[in-house]
Amino acid sequence: MPSHARTHAPGSLEIGRLIERYADLPGSLLPMLHALQDEFGCVPGQAVPVIAQRLNLSRAEVHGVITFYHHFRTHPPGRHIVQVCRAEACQAVGATALEAHAKQGLGIDFHETTADGAVTLEAVYCLGNCATGPSLRVDDDIVGRVTPDRFDAIIAELRTPRTSEASE
Amino acid sequence: MSIRIYVPIDSTALSLGAERVATAIAAEAARRDIAIELVRNGSRGAFWLEPMVEVQTPAGRMAYGPVQPTDVAPLFDAGFTTGGRHTLSLGPADDIPYLKHQERLTSGRIGLTDPLDLDDYINHGGYIGLCSALQMSGADVVKEVTDSGLRGRGGAGFPTGIKWNTVRGASASRKYVVCNADEGDSGTFSDRMIMEGDPYCLIEGMTIAGIAVGATQGYIYLRSEYPHAFRTLQEAIRRARAAGWLGEDVRGSGRTFELEVRLGAGAYICGEETSLLESLEGKRGIVRFKPPLPALEGLFGQPTVINNVISLASVPVILAKGGAFYRDYGMGRSRGTLPFQLAGNIRRGGLVEKAFGLTMNELLYDFGGGSLSGRPIRAVQVGGPLGAYLPESQFDLPLDYEEYAKHGAMIGHGGIVVFDDMVDMARMARYAMEFCAVESCGKCTPCRIGSTRGVEVIDRIVANEERGRNIALLQSLCDTMVNGSLCALGGMAPYPVLSALNHFPEDFGIAKSAAA
Repeated sequence: MPSHARTHAPGSLEIGRLIERYADLPGSLLPMLHALQDEFGCVPGQAVPVIAQRLNLSRAEVHGVITFYHHFRTHPPGRHIVQVCRAEACQAVGATALEAHAKQGLGIDFHETTADGAVTLEAVYCLGNCATGPSLRVDDDIVGRVTPDRFDAIIAELRTPRTSEASE
Repeated sequence: MSIRIYVPIDSTALSLGAERVATAIAAEAARRDIAIELVRNGSRGAFWLEPMVEVQTPAGRMAYGPVQPTDVAPLFDAGFTTGGRHTLSLGPADDIPYLKHQERLTSGRIGLTDPLDLDDYINHGGYIGLCSALQMSGADVVKEVTDSGLRGRGGAGFPTGIKWNTVRGASASRKYVVCNADEGDSGTFSDRMIMEGDPYCLIEGMTIAGIAVGATQGYIYLRSEYPHAFRTLQEAIRRARAAGWLGEDVRGSGRTFELEVRLGAGAYICGEETSLLESLEGKRGIVRFKPPLPALEGLFGQPTVINNVISLASVPVILAKGGAFYRDYGMGRSRGTLPFQLAGNIRRGGLVEKAFGLTMNELLYDFGGGSLSGRPIRAVQVGGPLGAYLPESQFDLPLDYEEYAKHGAMIGHGGIVVFDDMVDMARMARYAMEFCAVESCGKCTPCRIGSTRGVEVIDRIVANEERGRNIALLQSLCDTMVNGSLCALGGMAPYPVLSALNHFPEDFGIAKSAAA
């Protein structure tokens, strides 16, 4: 599974380049924030004034957009992001128990990262996998029919270092 | 000649291991020196059979499922590449009763084709609608859509042709077509299936809309929870443009239509059309006051057609076969078909496209086969998190916009979430308020504050603190939210709450006879 999070710290040159690439699109702010987060794992705080200046917005407006959307984060996540679906269709097949199991097993609440930095746990409201829940999103993969045992197996796999990641 | 084998690339199939199955089939075929052509199709939507593998044989496409990687070698042993019998055999895919008894006007190609193969699309009836639209005046295209009786499939049910006509009649230097692909309702996945399984159908529908109303730029606003759909749409748009189906001169017609996918960022409210437009403009997804209607002042202040994925994806067949063909399906003022989605605690979950007018009982039992758990079905939520909970006594209502509205329910986007008798309806009512609080844009007070107070009041009812007074308070609060909210989020969140309270009072600690 591809890892969401990048390990390198954002440099101002890179930030500037990404901002510039999107700046002239109509309604550019969301695509720009997505690009920054895809690159750095979060929207780095130092990008906010640069975006504001380039788009002729106040820093408060940029901050307001970042914080409005659940997807954007301002701190780097763990190496993997695991989202547990909390919506009704998954609740109908045991998502509430899975959510409790996930929090207890990882020893963290939603929006938190495990001490070893492997997993950030998030809630999500529907992954469109509603006939085969309970569902997870693990980075960019959707996983269906997740039992507590299956969850543990997925987490164990995420914690196993692989050569591709070790070399990063 | 190589043997053609289909393994779906749909998110749900992938979530159940389709990628590993595809890899195993390719490896096993290589090991046995059998030449195969592996096609990654969309899913036909019989999700309990996924990953469902199909093999092209002279007798048609033979289906096997659900297939796991460990089944692959035994399938080869059983001669499945020539349609051989195996315990996972399902017979010809077209004859699976769940699929055979559907009326697939909009979703007919999903699962049959390679979603990104343009030739495959065209060989299955694709782009006939656009080609005929290009021969017609914009007014005639709009008339065809109006005549079909198509209504907004996102949930509101507003007549699509009337919306288009308003945009067509507006004079502006620039107009837009926006596709609302922020399919946030739990229990819905038909938009996702179109985008992943038949993306050109949506592209064609949007192009027809652009030509009809005089818009030259389209945007698909896609939720960020759909990473597979995002990749498929981007690639499909790239290929459609390369083949001249999009761009400055659509198939030599002299008409321009450009298209771009934009990702949302995890905000349910952005499925509301005005907050979607705000978000597309790069702002917080805060609901706008209406009027002005988006049809007159929409994206960047310009006249904008904004429609749901299924509405737009239903347009090609309407233009290909005529408005009358589509209108002949359905009942009352609900014309045509709707791809219903069976979800939650259901044995045979998936996509069921049928004409309006069938009943919930038919969907739940004839198609769905009852609950997954085998326990009695106690409640279904229809139309997403803002839709009412229906008790068994309402399962024989015909699925029709007006019939449902009469009973305080809605069909919405056609999502049906099934619960067995283990469900705690007070808990589901509390969740409806909690969800509203999490997702409220914050613009209007009834929604922003009312949802949080709603959670608290339900907690007090369940804890039996002054239960009678708190029930009256909850009803009054719901009344305020219904009548005082700016959009459907605060305005409809009370529906699941009140329907749970009215139909399942015992879960709130109230004797059944005492309930209203």
